[in-house]
Amino acid sequence: MLKHSVVAAAAAAVLAAAAGSALAADPVKIGMVTTLSTGAGYLGDHVRKGFELALEQGGVADRVQLLVEDDGLEPANATQLTERMVERDGVKIMTGSIFSNVAMATIPKLVRNYDILYVSPNAGPAPLAGKGCHPRYFNTAYQNDNFAEVMGDYANKQGYKRVYLMAPNYQAGKDSVGGFKRMFKGEVAGEVYTKLGQTDYAAEIAELRDANPDAVYFFYPGGMGINFMKQFAQAGLADKVVALGPAFSFDDTLLDAVGDAALGFYNGSQWSPDLDNAANKTFVEGYKAKYNEYPTLYAAQGYDTANAIVAALKQTDWSTDDLDKLAAAMKKADFQAVRGDFKFGNNNHPIQDVYVRQVVKDDSGNITNRVSTKGFEDHVDAYAAECDMK
Amino acid sequence: MLLFLEQLLNGVQLSVTLLLMASGLTLVFGIMNLLNLAHGSLFMAGAYVAAWTTGVTGSWLLGLVAGAGAAFVTGVAIELVVMRRLYTRDHLDQVLATFGLILFFNELVRLIWGIRPMRLDVPEALNGFVEIVPGAPYPVYRLAVIAAGALVMLGLAWLVQGTRVGMRIRAGSVDREMIGALGVDIGRLYTLVFALGALLAGLAGVLAGPFLAIQSGMGEPILILAFVVVVIGGIGSLKGAVAGSLLVGITDTLGRVYLPKVSDAGTALSSMLIFLVMAVVLALFPTGLYGRKP
Amino acid sequence: MRAVLRDALPFAVLAAAPVAATLAGADWLVPVFTRMAVFALAAMALDFILGVGGMVSLGHAAFFALGGYVVGIGSHHAYDGSPTPFFGLPGWNDLLISLPLAFVVGAVIALPFGWVSLRTRGAYFIMITLALAQMVYYGLVGLTSYGGDDGISMWWGHNTLAGFETADRIVLHFLCLALLVVAFVVLKRLRAAPFGRVLDGARQNEARMRALGYRPLAYQVGAFAVSGGIVAVAGALMANVDEFVSPGMGHWTISGELLVIVILGGIGSLSGAVWGAVVLLGLEEGLREITEHWPIILGPLLVVIVLFARGGIAGLVARLGKGGGRAGSP
Repeated sequence: MLKHSVVAAAAAAVLAAAAGSALAADPVKIGMVTTLSTGAGYLGDHVRKGFELALEQGGVADRVQLLVEDDGLEPANATQLTERMVERDGVKIMTGSIFSNVAMATIPKLVRNYDILYVSPNAGPAPLAGKGCHPRYFNTAYQNDNFAEVMGDYANKQGYKRVYLMAPNYQAGKDSVGGFKRMFKGEVAGEVYTKLGQTDYAAEIAELRDANPDAVYFFYPGGMGINFMKQFAQAGLADKVVALGPAFSFDDTLLDAVGDAALGFYNGSQWSPDLDNAANKTFVEGYKAKYNEYPTLYAAQGYDTANAIVAALKQTDWSTDDLDKLAAAMKKADFQAVRGDFKFGNNNHPIQDVYVRQVVKDDSGNITNRVSTKGFEDHVDAYAAECDMK
Repeated sequence: MLLFLEQLLNGVQLSVTLLLMASGLTLVFGIMNLLNLAHGSLFMAGAYVAAWTTGVTGSWLLGLVAGAGAAFVTGVAIELVVMRRLYTRDHLDQVLATFGLILFFNELVRLIWGIRPMRLDVPEALNGFVEIVPGAPYPVYRLAVIAAGALVMLGLAWLVQGTRVGMRIRAGSVDREMIGALGVDIGRLYTLVFALGALLAGLAGVLAGPFLAIQSGMGEPILILAFVVVVIGGIGSLKGAVAGSLLVGITDTLGRVYLPKVSDAGTALSSMLIFLVMAVVLALFPTGLYGRKP
Repeated sequence: MRAVLRDALPFAVLAAAPVAATLAGADWLVPVFTRMAVFALAAMALDFILGVGGMVSLGHAAFFALGGYVVGIGSHHAYDGSPTPFFGLPGWNDLLISLPLAFVVGAVIALPFGWVSLRTRGAYFIMITLALAQMVYYGLVGLTSYGGDDGISMWWGHNTLAGFETADRIVLHFLCLALLVVAFVVLKRLRAAPFGRVLDGARQNEARMRALGYRPLAYQVGAFAVSGGIVAVAGALMANVDEFVSPGMGHWTISGELLVIVILGGIGSLSGAVWGAVVLLGLEEGLREITEHWPIILGPLLVVIVLFARGGIAGLVARLGKGGGRAGSP
C-alpha cells in the first residue's frame, strides 16, 4: 500500500506547486478510498485486487498510478482521505466506495465540491441513482435493489405463496426488503428486522419456523450472513424452507466460512464465476493464477471498474484535463465487461442482465455459485426515471 | 406456548455463554479488584485458536482444548506482564491499560489470521436436532452448550466452595494482607485466579464459536453484556453472576422477539432493554443484587 | 507567570500549526488540528468531573453524539424545509442557535444521567455510565427518520455563523479553538470557586462535606450536567467539521478515547486535556501513515504510558518546568 508521511507529503505538495505542470508521460492518478479493515475489509481488498489485475492484463499498469487508502468503514474518515487525495495529490478520478452509508456521506459532497469523476465499484444507494444523480458520478456495479428485485421476481416464477422477510434494522436492510416486495406478488408471512451486527438468530429462526413459509428472503451481508445461514441449517430448516437472498451473503469468502450449510441456497447477482464469455474466462483464470483464490463478485466489479475507466482514458488520450469529455467517454462503456452485456443508463448506473445463482460444490470440492437462471434481461433500476439526466 | 418455551430455552442458552464470561470477570473483579476490559480478547482468542486448530486437524475436541488452553496461556502471560502491576492502581488506570490491550489483540488476530472471518462448525456428533416436545425440533448442539455450561459452573462452585484453593481464593477476596501473612503466595494465587477466568472466557469463545462470526472485535459486544451481568449481580458474587446472566439472557431474547410485535419502535427498544434493566437494578440496589454493601 | 505560560503552550500549538500548514500549501491538514481542538474540548469537560469531582464516566460519548445530532437534525430540516418534530418549529442551521442548543440538550440529559449514576460509586459508576450511554447509542440507531445507523450526511454543507458561510477551514478551526479557550477559562474559574471546592472536598471525603452541611450530590450532579453540556458542544462542532453525524459518535470506544486523552494529558490539569488530544490524535494520524496495523503499536504504548508515566504530559511539563527534579510524582 502506498503511504506518505505527513511532513514529506506537505513538502512534496510545495515542490509540486513550484515545479509547475506535470510531464505528459506521468501516469494518471486514480484514487481508491475503500474499506480494507474491519470484518468487511475483504470487500475492498477484492475490489483492489480485481482493479489491479485488470490494469495488468490490459498492459496499462504503468499508465496508471493507483493510490489506495482504507476508510475503516467510517464516513468521516472516507471524506477526509478523499479530500486529501484530491487536494494533496491532485487526483481527478476517484473510486472505492463499498458501503452505502459511506457512499452517501461522501460522494454527493465530493462531486459537488471538487472537480473530480467518481466511479463506485460497489455501493449503489437509491438517492444517487434517482433524484441525486450527477453527471460526474458513475456506478459500475449495480443499484442496491437489483439483487432483491430479481429474487422477488424469481419467487413469483417459482410460485411461492408465502415468503418470510428478514434483514438487519438499518437503511440497506430496509431497502433490500423493499426491493423484494416491489416485485413479489404473494403474501408476506412475516417481516423481521434484527439488531445490526447481531450474531445469534436462534430466537428469530424459531419464529420463522413457526410461521411455516414457502421461502425466506434474507439480507445479511458479512458476518451476519455466516451466522444466519449456519443457524438456519442447524435448526433443520434447510430442506423445509427455500432460502433466497442477494449476492452479498453469498460471495466465495463467506461461503468458505459457512461451509456446506449454504448448499442449495439461491441468490441474485449480475455476475457469476461460470458466466460463459471470453472476458470472464480471462478474468477468473487470471485471478486464480495471480492471487491463488477464487474471485468474488467484488473482485469482478473492481475488474470491470478499472476497464471502464481505462476505456474512457484511452479515448481522451490519457488526459484528465477535461472531465466533461472524460465523463462522456465513460458513458460509452466501450469495454468488455466480465458480466456480459453492459451499458450505462441515463442515471450513469448499469443496464444489465441479473441472474439467479445457486450455491453448489464444484469438481474440486470448493463451494461456489452457478447460474441457475437468468432473472432479468437488460434490467433498468427502479430509480432511473427520477433522475433528470438524459 | 410451545414457541414461548423454546424462546425461553434460547434465552437460557445465551445466559450460559454470558455466565462463563461473567464468572471469570466477577472473580477477578471481586478478588483482585481489577476491572479488566480485555476479558473479551480472551473470549476471542479461544474462538480463533479453536477454529484454526479444528480447521487444521479436523478434530473439534482438539480445537476445544487448544482454544481454552490458548486463552489460559494468554491469561497467564498478560497477568504476569501487565495485570499484576495494575492491582494497586485505581479503576481508571485499569480501564486505560486494558483498553490498550484490546487495541493490541484485535489487531494481532488480524495480523495472524487476516481480515476474513473464520469458521467453526458444530461438531459432527452434535449436528442435528431433537424434538424435546413433538413439533419443536431444537438443535442438539445448543442443548449441549447449556449442559456443558451448567457442568462447568458446578465445577467452579465446587472449586471455590469445597477445595483448599477455593478457601484461599475466598480468604484473599476478604483480606489480602492477612492471607499473605499466613504464608500463602498471593502472587501465584492471583495468577491462578486470573488464568482461571481466562480459561472460562476461552471456553465461552469456543462454545459460542459456531453461533458467531469469528473476527477481530468479536469480544467487545459480549464483554459489555458480561459487564452488565456482573454489575447487576453484584461485583465478586458468583451467585449474582448466575442470577444476572439468567436475567440478561432471558430478557434480551424475549425482548427481541416480542417487543417488535408490539410497536414499530420495538426493535430499537429491545436493544436498549437490558441497559434499562441494569439502570433500574442499580438505582434500587447500588451494589447489585448480591453485591457487598459498602 | 510560569504556570500561565505552561497553560498557554498547548493552545498556542493548536493556533500556530494550522496556520503553518496553510502557509505551506497543505490546507488539507487543517481538519486534523480542528479535530484535536474538538476532542480537547470534550476531554477537558470530562477532566473537570474526573479530576476535580472524582467521577470516572465511561459514557461521555453519549453527550458527544447528542450534540452532533442537534446540528444534524436542525440542518436536515433547514435544508429540506420541513418542520421539526419539536412543536413544528423550523430547522436551524446557524451556530448561534445550534451551539447553545447543544449545550442545553447535553446538560438537560446529563442531569438524570448523572443523578442515576451517582447512586453508585467506584466500578459500578463506570459501568452504569457505560450502560446509559449504550442506551443513548441504541436510541440514536433507532431514529430511522434520521438515517438510523447510517446517520445524517450534511452534504449541503455545515452551519453558518451569524448568517455567514464559514467555508474556510481555518475559520472553523479558530472558532473551535476560541471555544476551547473559553471553556478552559470558565472551568478553571469554576474549579477555584466554592462550587469546585465542594466537589473536590466530596471527592476526598464525602462524609466530611456532608457533616459540614453541604449536599455534595447536588454539586456532583450539577458538575455532571455542565460537563455533559460542554461535551455536547464539542459534538456539535465535530458535526460541523465532518459534515456528518451518526450513532458512531456515541460508540463506547469514543468514551474510552476521551478517558485516554484525559489520562495522557494528566488528570485534573484541564489544560493537559489539550496536550492529550494533540498527542493521541497526532499519534493515530502518524502511526496510520506508517502502517495500516497501527493499533498494534498504539495499544501497548497506552499500557506503557499508564504503567510508567503517571501524571501524564501535564505532569511531565510541570517537572521539566521545575528543572526535572522530582520524577515519579504526579
